[in-house]
Amino acid sequence: MGKIKSLDELRQLREQYKSKVDIREKGDQIEKMIQVRVAMATCGIASGARDVMNTLVDEVTNRRLDNVVISQTGCMGYCYAEPTIEVTIPGKDPVVFGEVNKERAVEILEKYIINGELLDGIIPVTHKTVDD
Amino acid sequence: MSRYKMHVLVCGGTGCVSSNSLQIVDNLKNHIKENGLENDIQVLKTGCFGFCEKGPIVKILPDNTFYVQVKPEDAEIIVKEHLVKGRKVDKLLYKEPSTEKSIDDSKHMEFYKKQMRVALRNCGFIDPDNIEEYIARDGYQALGKALVEMTPELVIEEMKKSGLRGRGGGGFPTGLKWEFARKNKGDQKYVVCNADEGDPGAFMDRSILEGDPHSIVEAMAICGYAIGADKGLVYIRAEYPLAVKRLEKAIKDAREYGLLGKNILDSGFDFDIEIKYGAGAFVCGEETALIHSMEGERGEPTTKPPFPAESGYWGKPTNVNNVETFANVPVILLKGADWFQTIGTEKSKGTKVFALAGKINNVGLIEVPMGTTLREVIFDIGGGIKDGKRFKAVQTGGPSGGCLTEEDLDTPIDFDNLLAKGSMMGSGGMIVMDEDDCMPSVAKFYLEFTEDESCGKCTPCRIGTKRLSELLDKVTKGQATMEDLEMLKVLSETIRDTALCGLGQTAPNPVLSTIETFWDEYVAHVKENRCPAGQCTDLLKYFILEEKCIGCTACSRVCPVEAISGKVKSVHVIDQDKCIKCGACYDKCKFSAIIKK
Amino acid sequence: MSNCETCTNKLSERGFRELEQFINDLDEKTGAVISVLHKAQEIFGYLPREVQQFVANKLEIPVSKVYGIVSFYSFFTMIPKGEHPISVCMGTACYVRGAEKVLDEFKRALNIEVGETTADGKFSLDALRCVGACGLAPVVLVGEKVYGRVTPDQVKSILKEYE
Repeated sequence: MGKIKSLDELRQLREQYKSKVDIREKGDQIEKMIQVRVAMATCGIASGARDVMNTLVDEVTNRRLDNVVISQTGCMGYCYAEPTIEVTIPGKDPVVFGEVNKERAVEILEKYIINGELLDGIIPVTHKTVDD
Repeated sequence: MSRYKMHVLVCGGTGCVSSNSLQIVDNLKNHIKENGLENDIQVLKTGCFGFCEKGPIVKILPDNTFYVQVKPEDAEIIVKEHLVKGRKVDKLLYKEPSTEKSIDDSKHMEFYKKQMRVALRNCGFIDPDNIEEYIARDGYQALGKALVEMTPELVIEEMKKSGLRGRGGGGFPTGLKWEFARKNKGDQKYVVCNADEGDPGAFMDRSILEGDPHSIVEAMAICGYAIGADKGLVYIRAEYPLAVKRLEKAIKDAREYGLLGKNILDSGFDFDIEIKYGAGAFVCGEETALIHSMEGERGEPTTKPPFPAESGYWGKPTNVNNVETFANVPVILLKGADWFQTIGTEKSKGTKVFALAGKINNVGLIEVPMGTTLREVIFDIGGGIKDGKRFKAVQTGGPSGGCLTEEDLDTPIDFDNLLAKGSMMGSGGMIVMDEDDCMPSVAKFYLEFTEDESCGKCTPCRIGTKRLSELLDKVTKGQATMEDLEMLKVLSETIRDTALCGLGQTAPNPVLSTIETFWDEYVAHVKENRCPAGQCTDLLKYFILEEKCIGCTACSRVCPVEAISGKVKSVHVIDQDKCIKCGACYDKCKFSAIIKK
Repeated sequence: MSNCETCTNKLSERGFRELEQFINDLDEKTGAVISVLHKAQEIFGYLPREVQQFVANKLEIPVSKVYGIVSFYSFFTMIPKGEHPISVCMGTACYVRGAEKVLDEFKRALNIEVGETTADGKFSLDALRCVGACGLAPVVLVGEKVYGRVTPDQVKSILKEYE
């Protein structure tokens, strides 16, 4: 690391480093965040959950969505529809989407998460999760 | 770019490190690696989370899960259950004592609800050894703003307007102090950070240095710019090895990034910091004594004036501020004096960090807005008194402070209110006492401390504290007379009025304050040879109640001097000649068969 | 110390050389006496008369001044510490949670006072002010190891670990 030579450079550096503490800052306000949880058990990863996860993380970072937090979780039980993601908008019930690939992940992000429009592929929630 | 999706924060403060938290970090890393998640999950040690009672603490983000009393072997279950399967580990969650319900998010814990973190904003949030994380949290932006966009006069104006007062104990307005140092001419000026935290039972400065050392580096540079100094010194206790190590690293990194050194951010301003080690002397918290100690002399105070702002380190204008005071500076410049003004009471702005300890459920480091009441601190945040005992007093201000009682519980805490109640803010030690604590003994504890720590330069303090502690010793042994109690008062007032420095002048405070509020307890020791709290061993005898003793032998086994005799299943007896009144049997008996009177 | 006159001397010689080097490397000798004494104590473990004299000579100040500083600061000691130095925290938080009784028990078990070392050089006993682990009060340090929430009846078993 070379020396920082001006205030502008310092400000740029701050933007560059933001991602280091981003998850923690969002976690601090978790109740106000839109939470996206990607099922990352063995079956999820085998059907491409890691790609979905990485795509979502990159998209959220690039679009500077400060109110969206992506995290991973275990098996949600919808093995027939992996990869699955669960989106929780504050004040609303969690919604689970099945058979998500990279393209669908972007679609869900744009339509449901950003604009709040519902779209196909929702798995009806028939049971409570372990956290309930 | 980091692609970590989860962060695991492990407390690396002294308290948690003492309970093996660094081993937790290693174990977590190993288990994460075993599960192939090392590129997804970051494990790091941070500064103190404050909830020391339940340490070691592990926090997982972004879901904000707060695990307490984690052992190194728990790392496996945290990784397997929480990180891999997404299931929280219930047995490690904090249980709110009042409801016995598990709480998985620190925001919902009573301990954190009423807190407001300004000085501790980064403690338990960032890796203190990583300057990039500090920069990501707006670190050094305040310095940049000051150097590029503000004149030194404007920085001082902003500090004055904020109403920040010195957090080391005195409560002197910080902006005004800076202004004096600026106005005094000198070819060389110094900025000194007082990190010689000497109050036994206070550890807020250490926690800030351990958890957020860059905030101090940044604030000292800002102060240097404001008063016209290019050199900073941190006077720190050699007994704080971890804080020293983190501060050294912070200074080194800041130099590498060009945030210390020549021509910082191309502003033409030079500033660098050197560390000076203290060697254990309470009096060195007094600024003139501190300066003498830095010069390699005995740490003896000198009379003021001249104030350090005129003639300080090597006779040059010097500005001394305490760690917590500095920690507030960058936030004030960034968020503005107007924002800071909105926090606190009329004459005490901002927040205050307290080290909450003693007979309280939640021992820890807390930060609350000025004006919070003692009741909120002790009962809401602190979770009330340990073992369901009755609250008796809270001691603030350490050896220079006094005791506050039940009737002061609803007093809003600020500099002036505490003074008016016969105590003081001090550096922020807050020791809670219950019905088992004997007040003359507490006063004696503090006076033995000041007697020991008196530098010996002035007679009132050197001889006076010795005589006070002798008189208190007589009280606790049941040998004092009513004249002695009178003498305690007179002597205390004399020392207060005649001692040379702040240490001496405030040394009698623990006596005056306890005499004032617990006079009856003193009288009971003198007139009835009785210690109402049952703590003074010379006035106590332990007995075994025949009707309650079942002869379990637990007491005789625990007795260190074999003073208890009796066969299995028959009543035991204490030999009063052999008994040393250690109380071990009393603590051990499960049948309340042992009494003290 | 009586245990081995010659080997202490040998050790000392190397220690003195190290200390001399440290002093020679100083940029500025004025006001450096406290940091020199820190170094000396790190090397020798304590500051006996001969070390104080050595420091005084090298810094060209009176030995009385060095002694004045050594005796002023509680961190400096003129008595060698035991093989296992025991420190009982006597900060206020530990005090109200019963540290005094723990300290008394150590005194009794070792038959020494605070600031002393046992005759066999195995243990030394000190009271120190606040290590900052108040959540674990009362706290006892043996060397680097921290014991938390210590009660008087644990004293014997703690000592046993080092016998």
